[in-house]
Amino acid sequence: MSRTMTGARMVVEALRDQGVDTVFGYPGGAVLPIYDELFQQNDITHVLVRHEQGAVHMAEGYARSTGKPGVVLVTSGPGATNAVTGLTDALMDSIPIIVLSGQVPTFLIGTDGFQEADTVGITRPCTKHNWLVKDTAKLSETIHKAFHVATSGRPGPVLVDIPKDVQFAEDEYRGLKQIEPARYQPVRKGDVTAITQLAELIEKAERPILYTGGGVINSGPGASQLLRELADATNIPVTSTLMGLGAYPASGRNWIGMLGMHGLYEANLAMHDCDLMINIGARFDDRITGRVADFSPGSIKAHIDIDPSSINKVIHVDLAITGDVGHVLEDLLKIWKSRGRKTNSAAIGKWWEKIEGWKSKNCLAYKNSDTIIKPQYALQRLQALTAGHDRYITTEVGQHQMWAAQFLHFDDPNRWMTSGGLGTMGYGLPASVGVQMAHRDSLVINVAGEASWLMNMQEMGTAVQFRLPVKQFILNNERLGMVRQWQQLLHGERYSQSWSDSLPDFVKLAEAFGCKGAQVQDPKDLDDAIRQMIEYDGPFILDVLVEKHENCFPMIPSGKPHNEMLLGDASTEGAIQGAGAALV
Amino acid sequence: MNALNIQKGASSHSAYDLRDPNAQVEERHTLAVLVENEPGVLARVIGLFSGRGYNIDSLTVAEVDHTGHQSRITMVTSGTPAVIEQIKAQLGRIVPVHEVHDLTVEGASVERELGLFKVCGQGDKRVEALRIAEIFRANVVDSTLESFVFELVGTPSKLDAFAELMRPLGLKELARTGVAALARGI
Repeated sequence: MSRTMTGARMVVEALRDQGVDTVFGYPGGAVLPIYDELFQQNDITHVLVRHEQGAVHMAEGYARSTGKPGVVLVTSGPGATNAVTGLTDALMDSIPIIVLSGQVPTFLIGTDGFQEADTVGITRPCTKHNWLVKDTAKLSETIHKAFHVATSGRPGPVLVDIPKDVQFAEDEYRGLKQIEPARYQPVRKGDVTAITQLAELIEKAERPILYTGGGVINSGPGASQLLRELADATNIPVTSTLMGLGAYPASGRNWIGMLGMHGLYEANLAMHDCDLMINIGARFDDRITGRVADFSPGSIKAHIDIDPSSINKVIHVDLAITGDVGHVLEDLLKIWKSRGRKTNSAAIGKWWEKIEGWKSKNCLAYKNSDTIIKPQYALQRLQALTAGHDRYITTEVGQHQMWAAQFLHFDDPNRWMTSGGLGTMGYGLPASVGVQMAHRDSLVINVAGEASWLMNMQEMGTAVQFRLPVKQFILNNERLGMVRQWQQLLHGERYSQSWSDSLPDFVKLAEAFGCKGAQVQDPKDLDDAIRQMIEYDGPFILDVLVEKHENCFPMIPSGKPHNEMLLGDASTEGAIQGAGAALV
Repeated sequence: MNALNIQKGASSHSAYDLRDPNAQVEERHTLAVLVENEPGVLARVIGLFSGRGYNIDSLTVAEVDHTGHQSRITMVTSGTPAVIEQIKAQLGRIVPVHEVHDLTVEGASVERELGLFKVCGQGDKRVEALRIAEIFRANVVDSTLESFVFELVGTPSKLDAFAELMRPLGLKELARTGVAALARGI
């Protein structure tokens, strides 16, 4: 059977072959042939966004909550440049995204044609790989390659730029079985000698810790299961980065909370004092290490990562294992069990006593109020009232994001979507739309700050159009809270441009979008308001007026090591000084 | 560390482990990078260096296998041992990069560069330039009554030395290809 077809039809055919059910996109001149093909089929749902940045964040939310790649379709020029923030976000957080962009026809490339941009040039540093397809004969194979690259090894975003004449021209379609095996094949299995050495280290360690990251979640649900098995069998405490929350359950016996700049006191102190640190799919980000020279000075460090460039990039490790987390953990467990399931349990018992001592500091304590809603209290109530639900959380970026990570609990992977590496304000609302597209009947909540939320608020229109009952939980302090906090700590309380003036009335805004909104400012009314939000059958904006000057603690001031954490009741005067002041 | 008797970086099979990872001394390394000959691949490599703040001392590129669509990039870079390791890992991560070889640590290698030197002058200086060119075994590839263009193949330091000597004798312009390098033996 000859499968000659236009390039535009090839795109749809290739997406279908790849099992794509949802595409987030926005039409324009250079992608009209593909939109015409989408119009004539029913297998793939197209979600019409309001801005291309929203499309990429939706695809990220879709990808992170399902484990499948997210697909985006945009036009040339501004369509592609608007996707750049989302691409960079996905690159930093290792999210598999395929962006298909239209391009001016090949004979116009280089002439500064209408809506022409050097899309592959602009997106080269913010994609894992990208392609400009100049020949229809190569189009289907390139799209299949793009899926392979996006999802293999360390996942990431890719872009395929398709000139309009390539979409119109006809050629032979090549399906998944007709293409050559890709040359790009990252190593998945870890080195057995090294894994055996790690098992030996685990047997002898007195103060071990598992420092887990987004790599566990990217490796699939099996990796999370293996992590749980390892932690429970060895009784090693588990901490996680922002990206890895949910891989080990917050209700689990060995969970000691998130680590890092706004991580828990006990987690950071345990990192500082451990004698064996096992990094599983994390990357020693500067938000984790604090001052590198004083990072966990007395420990042997092992690092499991699928990306060789993550190893020894920031922190020199003693034992490197390159491979997929799931494969390595499976081998590690096998080897450790076959050697007799040994641990230094007496020493680990003492280690736990020490950790319990740190826990008793109760580092998340805050002064609650009868008259004003504290943001921490709002999140505690949100946790209490949604815990039993089939729940997905997205966030924007800032104080609310850190409080959400501290006060909401995740017992499963793929339930927590946040912009970690890039810190993209405006991520959460579109991400919540993408998550809800994949999980129509689940409770999807975007924990937001009012300033971040406004950055992509146009996507409420998308939520309403597609009847996606996303809940927007806005902690409104009329401030750019994290900026304000840093100005307080670092810039003599000169609050330059860090307040939200002329805010919209969020309830009226909800009505204007055709959904429902409510505002709450009395702590006594909070529970009812949250219940109303959860129970409402449709998109809902809850404007929670919170304390305006609350600071997010605990905090490792930039340039300080883990053991110099600030707790909420400590003095913050001169907290950030010297070289630390230059850091972000 | 030693108490638990683990060799540093025992699993990475890298000569890096023989060196002090925290050394702050800059080293010069010659890397051979075999890449898929596709549009933009050189831009990816160069963009990596500019984006991450690495040094490029010299870079040459040409297709070496037409049927296999393979090009070879030879680059000379400098940095601390940790930075050199990062450079190699980051290069290896670029999708169309097939192989990365550090010729500086992977055993003996030969390095050659070609330079063209335009030396203008008359009288004694012109004679002296020609005499030195003979010592260096440089070829004259162009000559007028007042100028020579010398072609010299050798290591970068040989080209440096030649340029230094030619400068007072009327060196007007020079063009260098950058280093091409291969490992010795089979």
